[in-house]
Amino acid sequence: MKKLLLICLAFVFIPGMVNAAGSMNLDEYIEGMDVKTSDAKSLQRGARNFFNYCSGCHTLQYMRYNQIADDLGITEDQLMKNLIFTESAPQNLVKNNMLKEDGDRWFGKAPPDLTLVTRRKSSEYVYGFLNSFYEDSSSPTGVNNHVQDASSMPNVLWDIQERFSDEQYSQFLNDTVGFLVYAGEPIIEKRKSMGVWVIGFLLIFLVLSYALYKDIWREVK
Amino acid sequence: MVVLVIMLLTGFFLTMNYKPSTEDAFNSVEYIMRSVENGWLIRYMHSTGASFFFIVIYLHMFRAMLYGSYKKPRELIWVLGMLLYFCLMAEAFFGYLLPWGNMSYWAGQVIVNLFGYIPFIGESLTEWIRGDYFISDITLNRFFAFHVIFLPLSIIGLVAAHILALHHVGSNNPDGVEIKEHLDENDKPIDGVAFHPFHTSKDLVGITVFLIFYFAAVFFAPEMGGYFLEVDNFEPADPLKTPEHIVPSWYFTPYYAILRAVPNAALGALFLVLAVLLFVFLPWLDKCEVKSIRYRGWQYKFALALFSISFVALGYLGLQPATGIYVALARFFTITYFAFFLLMPFYTKLEKTKTVPERVVYEKKES
Repeated sequence: MKKLLLICLAFVFIPGMVNAAGSMNLDEYIEGMDVKTSDAKSLQRGARNFFNYCSGCHTLQYMRYNQIADDLGITEDQLMKNLIFTESAPQNLVKNNMLKEDGDRWFGKAPPDLTLVTRRKSSEYVYGFLNSFYEDSSSPTGVNNHVQDASSMPNVLWDIQERFSDEQYSQFLNDTVGFLVYAGEPIIEKRKSMGVWVIGFLLIFLVLSYALYKDIWREVK
Repeated sequence: MVVLVIMLLTGFFLTMNYKPSTEDAFNSVEYIMRSVENGWLIRYMHSTGASFFFIVIYLHMFRAMLYGSYKKPRELIWVLGMLLYFCLMAEAFFGYLLPWGNMSYWAGQVIVNLFGYIPFIGESLTEWIRGDYFISDITLNRFFAFHVIFLPLSIIGLVAAHILALHHVGSNNPDGVEIKEHLDENDKPIDGVAFHPFHTSKDLVGITVFLIFYFAAVFFAPEMGGYFLEVDNFEPADPLKTPEHIVPSWYFTPYYAILRAVPNAALGALFLVLAVLLFVFLPWLDKCEVKSIRYRGWQYKFALALFSISFVALGYLGLQPATGIYVALARFFTITYFAFFLLMPFYTKLEKTKTVPERVVYEKKES
């Protein structure tokens, strides 16, 4: 029984440890990274950043405006005034007015949807990407990126990068990436808090069932 | 059994909101994750359950190999069990395509193309399976039908047969003693205990331990670092965009490593099929009279240990790119894998076994 448990443990955890995400060298660009999806204020600021700086080109096609408002504690009034810049109603999906053909023509490749970007590429990737633009006159956008070479995205954050201190900028990125992590898995916090209760219940149940087992098997010898 | 029930129930609820079409499949999964009440929980239980199903099946098979539960008189149980394992693999494969992620698409492509290696009929067979010249809407629809109707029904039927066959001869035990040979005056085996309340109470503990691991994964690591849910599956299937490394789910990777270890692709596919099929013949390959590892000679102990290492190592290698040292290692372990089965009739004959007790022995304390 104990041996089986050990093998079971090995099966569950070894693959997780062997996992080595990504081959590129992200480390130097994610030094200030500290994403907290449990911090509602940070997520609200992240939503503000996303809708002000990203949503002109990028969509969140699996998210609805009012779900974001509900989850992050934003009133419908605030939502309409500060976050919805299109003619969209609050119950609609987060789309924008850029046609895919236009996007393809303007950038070479239409800006991708960002709902699942942190799950597809990892939050480290997104943080590092937004943190590693550098000037490159040979590129059509005037910039290039250390994390994603020859990216067709211009550095839309250049003005705040200049205005902000390093700490402020990394706070800005943490909020924004946090919001994207939330958008990738809106129930991420609910899942963890529910998990604590479920595992707690099962542990108590384990003690009881083990006691029952010992009691019933006492007569077998 | 518990996993089967979990999978049937969660699968049932998932089909209420899932749409099997190339247009809607990916979107409907995201819809389940976001807009369906507790849909995320049901889906994570289903996706995590798939991996845990294989974990428990592999443990179950390993235990049967430790204690010789496949041997006479339990050959039928073992063969039915292996059929169950094949059905489970098919079920997992069909289900894997349904979310219509990019890895679903490409892994499906690779596996369906394996049938193309069959001489003469291969080409037309793959078209017949797909119902099209490539993996398409038609393929997705029929895979859905297989996944929700045909294979679950087959699995339920086989489970029933597996248990009926077991009832006929009774369970094995770590001593490998046939307890039905020693009956008391009421024709009850002296060394046996009733299933209820003894095994029900024992299994309750086991199930609880299982559920703790399972729900820990569901709630805290549903992606399991990309092994339960692959990163490539967070983007919809794209026939024009091949993932960097096409890798099947972890529970298939031992066989995938064998496929890639053989230099000739058609031969590789043949070896893959053999690697799976050889399990069925275990009861007849093993010539040793003694069942349990407790009383067997060093030959089988050594062979089983080597085999287990090979299986796990191949599983790891199947996840790595097929280059350099990985291929060499995969070749080595492929040889040891096959040696376990093919040399079995010889080394099991040579075994010097200890005497098996007539009756079940009790240790002083349960360890």
